[in-house]
Amino acid sequence: MTTRMIFAGFGGQGVMLMGQIISLAGMIEGKYVTWMPSYGPEMRGGTANCTVVLSDEEVASPVTDKAEVIVVMNIPSLVKFQTDVTPNGFLLINQSVIDRDADRSDIHVIKVPCNEVADELGNLKVANMVMLGAVIGGTDIISTDNLFKALEKKLSGGKSSLIEVNKKAITKGYEIGKMALAK
Amino acid sequence: MAMQIIQKKPESLTEKEFTYCPGCTHGIAHRLVAEVLDELGVREKTITVGPVGCSVFAYQFFNTDATVAAHGRAPAVATGIKRARPDLCVFTYQGDGDLAAIGTAEIIHAANRGEKITTIFINNAIYGMTGGQMAPTTLLGMKTTTTPYGRNANNDGYPIHVSEMVKETKGVAFLARVKINTPQDVQKARKAIKKAFLAQLKGLGFGMVEVLSTCPTNWGLDPASALKWLDEHMVPEYPLGVFVDKVGEEQ
Amino acid sequence: MAERVLVKGTEAIGEAAVRAGCRLFFGYPITPQNELPEYMSKRMPEVNGSFLQTESEVATINMVYGAACTGRRVMTSTSSPGFSLMQEGVSYMAGAQLPAVLVNVVRGGPGLGDIQPAQSDYWQATKGGGHGDYKLIVLAPSTLQEAVDLVSLAFDLADKYRNPVLILADGVIGQIMEPVTFPEFKDPNTLPKHDDWALQGAIGREKHVVTSFDIDPVVLEKMNLELVEKFKKIESTEKRWEEYKLDDADVVITAFGTIGRISKSVVTRARQEGIKVGLFRPITLWPFPYKRLEEIVKGKKLVLDVELNMGQMLEDVKLAVKDNAPVAFYKRMGGMVPTPEEILDVLKMELGR
Repeated sequence: MTTRMIFAGFGGQGVMLMGQIISLAGMIEGKYVTWMPSYGPEMRGGTANCTVVLSDEEVASPVTDKAEVIVVMNIPSLVKFQTDVTPNGFLLINQSVIDRDADRSDIHVIKVPCNEVADELGNLKVANMVMLGAVIGGTDIISTDNLFKALEKKLSGGKSSLIEVNKKAITKGYEIGKMALAK
Repeated sequence: MAMQIIQKKPESLTEKEFTYCPGCTHGIAHRLVAEVLDELGVREKTITVGPVGCSVFAYQFFNTDATVAAHGRAPAVATGIKRARPDLCVFTYQGDGDLAAIGTAEIIHAANRGEKITTIFINNAIYGMTGGQMAPTTLLGMKTTTTPYGRNANNDGYPIHVSEMVKETKGVAFLARVKINTPQDVQKARKAIKKAFLAQLKGLGFGMVEVLSTCPTNWGLDPASALKWLDEHMVPEYPLGVFVDKVGEEQ
Repeated sequence: MAERVLVKGTEAIGEAAVRAGCRLFFGYPITPQNELPEYMSKRMPEVNGSFLQTESEVATINMVYGAACTGRRVMTSTSSPGFSLMQEGVSYMAGAQLPAVLVNVVRGGPGLGDIQPAQSDYWQATKGGGHGDYKLIVLAPSTLQEAVDLVSLAFDLADKYRNPVLILADGVIGQIMEPVTFPEFKDPNTLPKHDDWALQGAIGREKHVVTSFDIDPVVLEKMNLELVEKFKKIESTEKRWEEYKLDDADVVITAFGTIGRISKSVVTRARQEGIKVGLFRPITLWPFPYKRLEEIVKGKKLVLDVELNMGQMLEDVKLAVKDNAPVAFYKRMGGMVPTPEEILDVLKMELGR
């Protein structure tokens, strides 16, 4: 099985990191993975996105125009990417920033109040991890354990004090993702 | 009566005869460098980086491992060698077209990095190899094959003062401008060249000697007049002196 | 077994070089390859190597020339406009027979172009680039693991043939992250020392001269012919390519680098729709595997060449294919990268489906 994912948002919302952590988790889980950023002037403040492919076989194309899972962290990203979700795929919307609905009825839409949850946890910077938790809660493509392992690897060294709050954010997001689908 | 050797060819020169024009001072500069390499006992660990220009054949004349750099790039090539083998003694030998025109960036940055190399800069105010065109160091009013009416500041800019520019970089450990048109000056030049090598051998930084030289062929003068012309015209524009000396007194 | 690690392309190339025994890196900033010199600036001091950020690409390549003169393994990386600036030095290195590994992470051109992935430096890489008669060995990775493997190979080939080797990557290879397994560290002390020609100081021996220069045309012609012999030898022994699902294919896609791997997805999807497509992916762009491609295309319905340029490898593909099959071409330019779906549509159109 191959799952293509796009993470999109403003620079600074941590979309690249989301993609990298789930890629790392995929690798730990023994999958083939490819992470590809959009780069260039966009990298510095504008809209940023990255594509992640998780697969049981070698990843041929790192580029794609459709994806099974798309995460949008801001309105421009919703507008740009919502049509690219494959039927029965997943669109995850950062509800804290995006005050509108998707125009699709053939896909699973999961709305995540990333900022509010992060705020409750006392660190607004973990909003992206709330979203990442929702991604795996909604799609089950990676185990929480392996996502935690990836997080620990990524935040090892100077940032290790942040592991706990990030894990909490992932757990909260995971619950939101699960609940959304249960409805 | 026993014969005593009082003068001989330095070991740091090969048997190859110089191919320079009659009266050209490249030969003197070569010999001074070779004598210094002999005196310092570094011939076997020295790498010569030759330029493009009349002294492109330097690699044949110096009895050391040698290479030929692209035009103006000798300080970059020397940097590469020195970074790979900091234990070696590396010097560039460059003319004014090579160093002061096309190679301006490389010389300034090598000096500024305090690259532990030595540069012998031959300033004869003209392009020799290509046939007597204007060099950046050509004097105002001086006629060359590309300034047939004389160098005109309005069109061609001014004679460039490389040593004064290099002086402003903080990586320089020894820097002097010398001339080699009289026996006394030759002895002074030899001392300066030795210090420029000591600057690198002692790990102090970049060493350079600007050598005011003659080009009788392209100046259109006989050798003796060329030596005189150097004093009368080049020295006023390019004052002699030691600009930087962190080497201190020789032992 | 060695650990798999998730790394960026530029870092994969850098670490592979360190493991191959490279301890000298010179570079000048240019997007999209900056992470490579950044990585090396951190890594070189850790392994007692030397990193230098230079004043220009012109200086860079001449420092590489100098370092290579000593027989030590040396590398630089740049992107298209920077590689153009290096061409004079590359020509000197080829003429002086100096080993080194050069990396060009190709971006859109000509001129300043943009900073997105492109393959428009194929001609520059394979047909000369600088002045004079010479060839670079050109390796084009399509995955990060292959990039790692080819960097090791590049240093070995450079040493073996005393010739610069170019890794022709593109922005995609430079920027993606994939898991890779790195080879063991090679001890620089066990690598070829090149005592027979390198500049090390003439201690108790005749002096060595490394140069591309000789004023005597009789001698220079001899030097040229020596190079020609070397290039012939490389052509006969160093061609590399990948064949993917070609056995029963009616259609052959030819593509290199990133487009090579994207085309694998095209092959898979086309086969799901009952179109028998295979892929021929040159790994050495020079020497180009003409003969093998000629054998493969005999009796095929179509050869579709796909590139991120105006049709540069296409010339070599046509030279190989001759009249054995019709050749079609699909291009994206300026930093645009096609998706597999897009290429599949083109393929179907060419087949009249």
